[in-house]
Amino acid sequence: MTSPAEPDPGATLSFDLSQPGRIACALPELDVPAAPLPPEPALRRDPDGRGLRLPELSQPDLVRYFTRLSQRNYGVDTAFYPLGSCTMKYNPRVHEDIVRLPGFAGLHPHQRETAQGGLALMFDLQRLLAEITGMDAVSLAPAAGAHGELAGILMARAYHQQRGDSQRPDGRPSGRRRVLVPDTAHGTNPATAAMCGYEVVSVASCADGNMDLGALAAALDDSAAALMLTLPNTLGLFDPQILRIAEMVHRAGALLYGDGANLNALLGRVKPGDLGFDVVHLNLHKTFSTPHGGGGPGSGPIAVREPLAPFLPTPVVRRREGEGGYVLAAPERSIGRVGLFHGNFGVMVRAYAYIRTLGAAGLREVSDNAVLNANYVRARLRDAYRLPYDRGCMHEVVFSGSRQKAKGVKTLDIAKRLIDYGFHPPTIYFPLMVDEAMLIEPTETESKETLDAFCDAMLAIAREAEDEPEVVRSAPHRAPLRRLDEATAARKPVLRWRPREELSP
Amino acid sequence: MPNPYIANTEADRRAMLEAVGARSLDDLFADIPEAQRDPPLRLPPPLSEPELLAELSALAARNRSAGQPDGPYGMACFLGGGAYHHFIPSVVGQILSRGEFSTSYTPYQPEVSQGTLQAAFEFQSLVCELLGMDVANAGMYDGASALAEACLMAAAITGRRRIAVLETAHPHYEAVARTYAAGRGLAVEQVKAESPRLTEEHACLVVQQPNFFGYLEEVEALGQAAHAAGALCVAVAEPVSLGLLRPPGEYGADIAVAEGQPLGIPLSFGGPYLGLFACRQEYVRQMPGRIVGRTRDAEGRTGYVLTLQTREQHIRRERATSNICTSEQLVALAATVYLCAMGKQGLRRVAELCYHKAHYAADRIAGLPGYRLPLEGAFFNEFVVGCPRPVAEVNQELLKEGIVGGLDVSPGADAGLRPGLRGMREPPEHAMLLCVTEMNTREEIDRLVEALSRLGGGR
Repeated sequence: MTSPAEPDPGATLSFDLSQPGRIACALPELDVPAAPLPPEPALRRDPDGRGLRLPELSQPDLVRYFTRLSQRNYGVDTAFYPLGSCTMKYNPRVHEDIVRLPGFAGLHPHQRETAQGGLALMFDLQRLLAEITGMDAVSLAPAAGAHGELAGILMARAYHQQRGDSQRPDGRPSGRRRVLVPDTAHGTNPATAAMCGYEVVSVASCADGNMDLGALAAALDDSAAALMLTLPNTLGLFDPQILRIAEMVHRAGALLYGDGANLNALLGRVKPGDLGFDVVHLNLHKTFSTPHGGGGPGSGPIAVREPLAPFLPTPVVRRREGEGGYVLAAPERSIGRVGLFHGNFGVMVRAYAYIRTLGAAGLREVSDNAVLNANYVRARLRDAYRLPYDRGCMHEVVFSGSRQKAKGVKTLDIAKRLIDYGFHPPTIYFPLMVDEAMLIEPTETESKETLDAFCDAMLAIAREAEDEPEVVRSAPHRAPLRRLDEATAARKPVLRWRPREELSP
Repeated sequence: MPNPYIANTEADRRAMLEAVGARSLDDLFADIPEAQRDPPLRLPPPLSEPELLAELSALAARNRSAGQPDGPYGMACFLGGGAYHHFIPSVVGQILSRGEFSTSYTPYQPEVSQGTLQAAFEFQSLVCELLGMDVANAGMYDGASALAEACLMAAAITGRRRIAVLETAHPHYEAVARTYAAGRGLAVEQVKAESPRLTEEHACLVVQQPNFFGYLEEVEALGQAAHAAGALCVAVAEPVSLGLLRPPGEYGADIAVAEGQPLGIPLSFGGPYLGLFACRQEYVRQMPGRIVGRTRDAEGRTGYVLTLQTREQHIRRERATSNICTSEQLVALAATVYLCAMGKQGLRRVAELCYHKAHYAADRIAGLPGYRLPLEGAFFNEFVVGCPRPVAEVNQELLKEGIVGGLDVSPGADAGLRPGLRGMREPPEHAMLLCVTEMNTREEIDRLVEALSRLGGGR
């Protein structure tokens, strides 16, 4: 008698469940005469009799397969998800009903006269975001934060070119050829600047987590096109020197770019436009509560001060002169299209619904509670974990696992052990300048009870790191899988399913 | 009323402020310069859930969309041009509604993210099968931005700085490629299918199949022309057509991209959509975007992880292949469920329904007085119709019949017809691009033909 095999659900894909002749959806019969097919060379060939190799499943098998997959996943709906810099707040359910209304879901992007409801919503959202950020004009076209960055830095480049900045023969900027990026920045900032042809200059921060103004002054000359700044920064700190920074950047003829990833700290408390930012991108999926989807869809609108408005990406929604209604328009010096159509409308609808539900006072409550929750976690964990920046934080707080590391327990181990306690780990090893970093963003939607349970778990792990470090080092123990071999995955990449007969033995 | 999305009560806040050592919430914002702190915020008053539903339902009802009730038949849609009205099986929406999928984020912690990761691995596998390519990433923003990234990738691989785009490609695809190319200082130029005239300065030739007007290009010859010049062939495909048509990997494409919207994703006024991106094995380390790989855990069980991350911005910063981070993972899940629901028979059936219905419609319209099909050759499910009256007028009349008409491609319109296009001597003054899918019943098509016939003065 053989014992039942160890369950290995990850080994079975839909392809492996496939049996010829099954289908999960009943399709209509052809109700018109068949036409001759195009000539043979244009058609899918069938050299080995396999045809198009898509899996064939019945509907019940399909639903079970994906339901089981979902049970091996963890979302905000499952439990606390304090992933720093990602604003994993609760996503209201009513929004999901609204985006599925046929008038929104069935609306074709080439419709205009028959799409006035959709255009009106986009127009209103542009205005609401301009008011919230204190900026003058908005384009909703970018599909995610990094996409908004790309649009924003291309706009900065076009702006400088219009003011007489020149290009090298290879198309790169020759005068203002550098973009300054603080050492705390998200990786997308330097990657974006490089995609736009800029040299990236890193600006150091001080021991208190604020920008080193001496370093900034040294980097700011007439070759600087922009400073990309996240506020509060990725350490969760609001740099009180912001007005001085804006003044220095502007005096050097550069632009101040705002990465809006951390706007959840500032709603109703301060407007980036009032602080001297020239361009900011927003992450609607973060601040305005749309489901993050396992990595998108997002939406990354770009908001600017008046001098940059002509460069906004195409399209923007405008009121039609005279006859009323709305049109899509290309700003006069637009950097062009960044996406196929007008941006992630479904995400815009949810963000719009969120802003309309909360209003001004409700948005301010969002930031007040987000900041309070982060400070509460900071206060509860400060004795167990090292606080590299011991001052009041905004919506997120960074700890270092350096004390635990000295005992042989790394931040990665702590993160995996949190899974055993039923929590999603925080962002780890970011920001880069914090040794063994743990960036915790609780968001405003979590209750004090949840924060207490999480802090209790963190404190228990800190004790385990002292008393029984092996338990932490070998975590997780209660997840669907133990730690995965990422080194082999990168060294010998297996990136797609293959049928057994095609696999080498 | 209390905010339904915030749990803290007044008592909670007092207790927490005390633990923090702050007197009030205002204390927590003391780093913000005082003159700029607490500005007036002028927003409309808050709405209750029923008020919100009522207001947004009214806004949605101001649109006239495919599938909305309209007269005895419901709205019929014959509009394509890069976004398509296809059937979405209920299982797609049901699976996507599971919060474990929809409310998760980038799977940095694979032990608790196997659902997202395994589905992404499935997606990559399905994209490879569909496009006939070696490797695929886990998805991009949309088809056009995927093409733009493909052009940057081709330039990086070849070390060349000119991008050739076939003149029959979708104008928005070319526009997005231009926007991205400007950042890297690359030149984008239109070339003709009959004489692409590629040089050793060209990084790639971009070919769309079917082209913007719905017609089939001589893709194999174009791929050879690209390779003869030492350039890459970058194909823009349409995924449903691949149930029937030859995939890019079989006609020499080095990089293939597509808009994934037809695969179970609602029209939703243009987004969120999904970029499919695949390439030949040798270029995998130049590929942008997330890639999921298969591996094992410490006990030998199969699992999935993000891999080859040294290409990506969070590791590589300014030396990354792209800045892309958050993409379209949930939309990729929709496409995955859709392709599994259809399977090989279903996708082929949908492609055939589109093809035959479109040809039925085209044959009938071509026989109407005042109408003609100005372009020659084979098409899939879109075709250009020369009309006797301006397209805006035609569409206005069609709307009265509950029909969303075609896209205006009259000469002078955005990427409208022009003389010389595919050997066409004289383009019609008024032209529309019509699209027919499996959603259009014979009755709808006949109703369209009747309405056009009346407009053309026929009957």
